[in-house]
Amino acid sequence: MIVVKNLKKSFGEIKAVNGISFEARDGEITGLLGPNGAGKTTTLRMLYSLLPPDEGEIRIDGMDPVNDAMEIKRTLGVVPDSRGLYTRLTARENIAYFGELHGMKRPAIAGRIEELTRTLNMQDFIDRRTEGFSQGQRVKVAIARAMVHEPQTVLLDEPSNGLDVMSTRALREYILGLKAQGRSIVLSTHIMQEVAALCDRIVIIANGQVAADGSANELLARTGCDSLEDAFVQLIGSEEGLLA
Amino acid sequence: MNGLTIVFKKEVRENLRDRRALFNSLLLGPLLFPVLFIGLMWFLESAEQERAEKTLELPVVGAQFAPNLIRFLEQHGVVIQPEPENPEDMVRNQEVPVAIRISPEFAENWEQGIPALIEVISDISRQESNVPIRRVKRLLLGYGQQIGSLRLQLRGVAPQLASPIMLRDVDLSTPKSRAILAIIFLPYVLMITAFTGATHLAMDTTAGEKERKSLEPLLINPVPRWQIMSGKMITTTVFAMASLALTLVSFRIVLPLMPVGAFGMDLTLDLATLLKILVVVSPVAVLAAALLTLLASFAKSYREAQSYTGLVILIPMVPSLIFMANPVKAESWMMNVPLFSQNMLIGEIIRDQAVPLAWYTMSIASTLVIGLALALIAASVYNSPKLIFSSG
Repeated sequence: MIVVKNLKKSFGEIKAVNGISFEARDGEITGLLGPNGAGKTTTLRMLYSLLPPDEGEIRIDGMDPVNDAMEIKRTLGVVPDSRGLYTRLTARENIAYFGELHGMKRPAIAGRIEELTRTLNMQDFIDRRTEGFSQGQRVKVAIARAMVHEPQTVLLDEPSNGLDVMSTRALREYILGLKAQGRSIVLSTHIMQEVAALCDRIVIIANGQVAADGSANELLARTGCDSLEDAFVQLIGSEEGLLA
Repeated sequence: MNGLTIVFKKEVRENLRDRRALFNSLLLGPLLFPVLFIGLMWFLESAEQERAEKTLELPVVGAQFAPNLIRFLEQHGVVIQPEPENPEDMVRNQEVPVAIRISPEFAENWEQGIPALIEVISDISRQESNVPIRRVKRLLLGYGQQIGSLRLQLRGVAPQLASPIMLRDVDLSTPKSRAILAIIFLPYVLMITAFTGATHLAMDTTAGEKERKSLEPLLINPVPRWQIMSGKMITTTVFAMASLALTLVSFRIVLPLMPVGAFGMDLTLDLATLLKILVVVSPVAVLAAALLTLLASFAKSYREAQSYTGLVILIPMVPSLIFMANPVKAESWMMNVPLFSQNMLIGEIIRDQAVPLAWYTMSIASTLVIGLALALIAASVYNSPKLIFSSG
């Protein structure tokens, strides 16, 4: 369960996040939808305590990312915007490294990797060095290493960026599976279809602020539009940065 | 197992698989430097020898004025060349390294007992001419002395009277201590090795990680950032030390092959000496790793880091070059100056001199203090979000 109240963050003159509030419940997928540069990544970075907020409050299962950084990081699974892997290590070693950093024991890590290899369909490349992996393979490894410690809260920054259709479908199924396990999932995206296919709640962000917040049907009802895309354009007042 | 050990183990494993890391840390220093230096020595030695043994061809102007001298030169293996029109031009155009001109008044002066003039024409800025010039002068002076003694004897004077003093060298150097003459470059090579051994890893684990976009995911793990940075720096230090150790072993093997000329030298480095040197230089590896990691942490990419660290390699050169150009006596205050103190101590160790234990302590402590201070700064660098995201 994530509660964000009036979050603000500036970089010099630029107000990247300017008063964002929302909630993300357990067993739900919350989508942060917005054009490029709206402040989604900055918001997520404050959630996983990489950036301290200038103002406002964040509570993840009652903990505060500024004061309880280590505790919060233990319960978070994050696939950030940058997904660099260690190319001289195999996929398995990449995932195991993060498991160890989470304080997991070797047998537990091994078991967990077997499980993730099956769910994410990584049998073909799990023991290969990640040098030269396809985008889809890289994202799978990045997800696996973020999920190795079975986090309760999952944060995904533009998870389907650069994936082909098949990989995207597999990814969506996986995220839906996480939801079924009762986890709280927040994903940021600028892809309309992704929101429609996955999210229980949609938080539309533009210019560092929340433009609208609610389920897909609530947003349609509020705007009187027939499609999410029209609703989105109406809510943020422009088509800029939108990708259907 | 805490974060530091995990990071350390992963970095070691990853870098052992990196050809560039292996080349830079474990091959470049240990192989290249010894081979380079010994090879250079061989080359110089053999070139010198060749010049010394080569038949000396000497153009002579006015040979007819001093036939006895010419005969003397010929008896000593000099090939007298026919009189050149312009010996200065021949030397200037590097056709010959040296020529002599015998003055027309030679015979007249000779008979009157006035020093007779012989001009030795050469260009001393041409270093390759030094050996032939020396040979010609030595022969001419030898001839002069011989004649001088004969003249005294003819006048019933003992030639010893012309040598009022006698010099005798009482040389206290030992074969071990003379070794420093041949391996004065060793401290210099070791200082540089400590830095070259650390450079690639310092850059790859920081700027490289940022460039490959794996830094952000790494920092999301529940491990304090100072532990992550320390794990990286310890890996870099260990590689730099391995580089030093291998370089020493490699010198141990090739030094006895070094040409040492006429001096009797003992160039074997026994195990105790090697270990002593390693203990003395190891703090430099810590210093180098911390300094290079700190610098590379500010860079956005490996390439940018290279432009910073390229200059750092000058740091270890400065004290070594000063010391080589202007050897000074070791004093205790010098032991507080990192890099300088190691230069001094390695020299003393090679000469097999007893060094006060306090000197070792001071050198190691002062270097470690500065190294650890830099490491502390480096360990906290990633607490600044700006530095994490500067990859854009």
